[in-house]
Amino acid sequence: MAELSNQLMALTVLAYLAAMVCHAAEYAFGDRSHIGRAAARPARQLVGAGAPATEGPLVLVEGPADAEAAEPAEVAAEPAVVAEPSRNRGDLAGRIAVGFTVLAALLHLGTLVTRGVAADRMPWGNMYEFTLSVTFVGAATWLGLLSRRPGIRHLGLFVALALVVLLGANGLIAYTPVGPLVPALNSYWFIFHVSTIILSTGILLLGAVPAAMFLIKTGYDNGERRFPYPLGARVPAAETLERLTFRLHAFAFPLFTFGALIAGPLWAEASWGRYWGWDPKEVWAFISWIVYACYLHARATPSVKRTTATWIALLGFLTMLMNLFGVNLFFEGLHSYANAG
Amino acid sequence: MTVVEERPAPSAAPPPRRGNPVWALLRNSWRQLTSMRTALVLLFLLAVAAIPGSVLPQRSVNRENVAGYFRDHPDLAPVLDRLGGFDVYASPWFAAIYLLLFTSLVGCVVPRLADHVRALRTVPPDAPKRLDRLPQHASGQLADDPAAAAASVAAMLRRRRFRTRVRERDGGVWTVAAEKGYAKESGNLLFHFALLTVLVGVGFGHWYGWHGNRLLVQGADRGFCSLVPQFDESSLGPRVTPGDLPRFCLQLTDFTASFQDNGTPRSFRAAVVVEQDGTTANRTFTVNDPLRLDGANVYLLGHGYAPVLRYTDRYGQQQTKVVPFLPTDGMLTSEGVATFPDVNIDPKTNRRDSTLQVGFEGVYLPTVNPDGSPTSGFPAERAPRLFLTAYRGDLGVEAGLPGSVYALDRSQILSGELKQVSGTRPQTMKPGDAWILDDGTKLEFLGTRPFATVSVRYNPTQSLVLVGAVAGLLGLMLSLAGRRRRLWFRMSPLAGSEGAPAGTVMDAGGLPRTDYPGFGEEFARVVSTVRGDGGEKNEETA
Ligand code: HEM
Repeated sequence: MAELSNQLMALTVLAYLAAMVCHAAEYAFGDRSHIGRAAARPARQLVGAGAPATEGPLVLVEGPADAEAAEPAEVAAEPAVVAEPSRNRGDLAGRIAVGFTVLAALLHLGTLVTRGVAADRMPWGNMYEFTLSVTFVGAATWLGLLSRRPGIRHLGLFVALALVVLLGANGLIAYTPVGPLVPALNSYWFIFHVSTIILSTGILLLGAVPAAMFLIKTGYDNGERRFPYPLGARVPAAETLERLTFRLHAFAFPLFTFGALIAGPLWAEASWGRYWGWDPKEVWAFISWIVYACYLHARATPSVKRTTATWIALLGFLTMLMNLFGVNLFFEGLHSYANAG
Repeated sequence: MTVVEERPAPSAAPPPRRGNPVWALLRNSWRQLTSMRTALVLLFLLAVAAIPGSVLPQRSVNRENVAGYFRDHPDLAPVLDRLGGFDVYASPWFAAIYLLLFTSLVGCVVPRLADHVRALRTVPPDAPKRLDRLPQHASGQLADDPAAAAASVAAMLRRRRFRTRVRERDGGVWTVAAEKGYAKESGNLLFHFALLTVLVGVGFGHWYGWHGNRLLVQGADRGFCSLVPQFDESSLGPRVTPGDLPRFCLQLTDFTASFQDNGTPRSFRAAVVVEQDGTTANRTFTVNDPLRLDGANVYLLGHGYAPVLRYTDRYGQQQTKVVPFLPTDGMLTSEGVATFPDVNIDPKTNRRDSTLQVGFEGVYLPTVNPDGSPTSGFPAERAPRLFLTAYRGDLGVEAGLPGSVYALDRSQILSGELKQVSGTRPQTMKPGDAWILDDGTKLEFLGTRPFATVSVRYNPTQSLVLVGAVAGLLGLMLSLAGRRRRLWFRMSPLAGSEGAPAGTVMDAGGLPRTDYPGFGEEFARVVSTVRGDGGEKNEETA
């Protein structure tokens, strides 16, 4: 079973890689694809569909299109552009990419399940398994979002890239053979604490993708053409990306608060006798929490620019990576599941 | 977009008083300190200031690592120490940041609370003159007269849990003002006040809490009571005196550990006899399930083996010692010493000869490796072996220096006061073995007893901190999910033929007061409900 899990893991990375390549093809072919145009279209969209037609535009959504407003327009625009061959190819590549992502996510799930069966417990016992779970949450959240808003598909390239890099790094530096849990991990709090942290970490990691793309897109819109700004050419509108970034963070932040700052301390109290002890893992969870609180604050402060706020979100992502890999590799602490290899 | 923006600009408040520059400076600094930007900077500083505590070893986490750092970096360590590098979270600069932050927080949320209470008690303000200037706007005609139209709109909005106010204006005009989403600001305030609660709770817990660690060897002769001198290491909060500790005594009656085949532990369980308030009870506790007593909790931190050694001296006197050996790895390779300072005393003269004190130093392996490597192969006692080296001479215990009970005094060995008297290789002993030393004295290895290391702790504000944290989480969720918005309707009579009411001209406007992308749709639904054109049905399917 453990062997199978390792093989599935390799297949998972390959499938994400395939998704990445197809997304890249979509990027290359999909010049002026409907998604790109819907994203770029200045939006004064009719929303009051239920209103009598004689009244004229009843309700206007001002400002650039946000995801919700842009969707009906995309759907409506589809039949009109089917004739364009280049769009077709790009679109096909994009669809195949999504197919590969789904396949990869299933393999990913299979990796986790077989790992759990092999170890006879939840597959969250060490850094390798933790990262495996976190990336799965990221992938699943991505697919969930995509099913509700097909307009953001172009982000898939960067999501797949992030997944390949994270999983690859995980396999190379954190691989741990299947083993049982140390008794300190045998607790209900283990489930609450670790599962919520995995969920929130996965979503926060995913949130870094639209955050980075928002910054690139903003630069691109401002006329920047040096690398990496050209990557912003075909992603959804800056406003959409920014809002997506905020949504993901605003959803994950309370979850992370629960996992890291409530369930974690409750368990630490039962296990180590103190709810908070400035163990390196705790320090970095605290730092991440503060940085993400900074992000939410900055976004709510009128005098702070949205790009500045988004940079803070990316900084939060770096602190999460530090906690995921750095702390486990560099520091010694009580969090025994944090040990690599 | 934010609540802050809604507050009246401070300059619009009391007219600036002249004359007193000190007062003006104070007021300006306070205003600066309680601004969102300052809060942001302080939050950042807090995050940055927390980093050194994960890079440098901390006394509060592991004293030995700090000592090790001093050994490895003899030049750098004292400098870092003076800067608080090994006590980051108790250092003045760390405290300065969070105290400033929380001062800023108080200065920020107290006025906001006052504003919010006021907002909760005031009715939504009347419609602005030009509703078409608002982010959402719609107009239309209704068949009812203005008063009836306003009443039915108000009823519909109340059903949707809007706070609603109907007003009559000149010329037969009626207005409806409605607002919803106060929970956002309530939640936000709850969150920030909860942060204050947590800080207060942590502070009081530090002042009034205490803890002590103790290595507890199995056996009725090895019990201990919760008195400060009986702990191996203890730390009382600044407001705790030794007399405040609750009185109880513990005795380890049994310790069981089970292991997986590869040696990783499966479970630990300690059974104890607890004596408190004159009653005696048998209790057990495990790693994740501490022993909760009245006034303190007892946590199981670790375990190991204590060899029982009997030494028979030149005069036939016997002494037995139970000496805990400290584990150095997961397989419980353990190191320790047994010292016998009061042996070889001539019963005739009753004079103690300090050159004849005896000490043994060595390693205990619960399971000896067949390949002969010097570490244990399994943490349970499958093939136990004790490897000892014997020393005779002056142990140095009279020097008055607090020496470790787990190692011999190196300086005595170096100075030749304490000499090794066994062969070049340590003596290997199985339980039950006896070892005759070069002077005819005898050491017997009788067996081992398990020991547990426990931490006894009391933190009076633990539950307060938990309540604060949970309240904060609730507030946070309300705050992040809430959306404050206002709607206005102006119902003006339609200029029809004389006398007969011809209906109503409806003018509607909407203002999202927080980030709310779906507001346009909600507004459209409300408006179409008012028109009576199936909006409600739309809503159900939405
Ligand atoms: C002790 C450190 C602080 C932490 C950890 C913290 C955390 C947070 C978080 C996570 C949010 C986002 C929730 C939301 O958007 O409603 C928030 C919002 C907010 N905070 Fe703080 N905060 C702190 C201190 C302060 C201070 C000192 C101020 C006043 C200057 C302040 C004013 C605000 C305001 C006005 C909002 C609402 C923003 C909005 O409209 O969404 N906070 N805070």
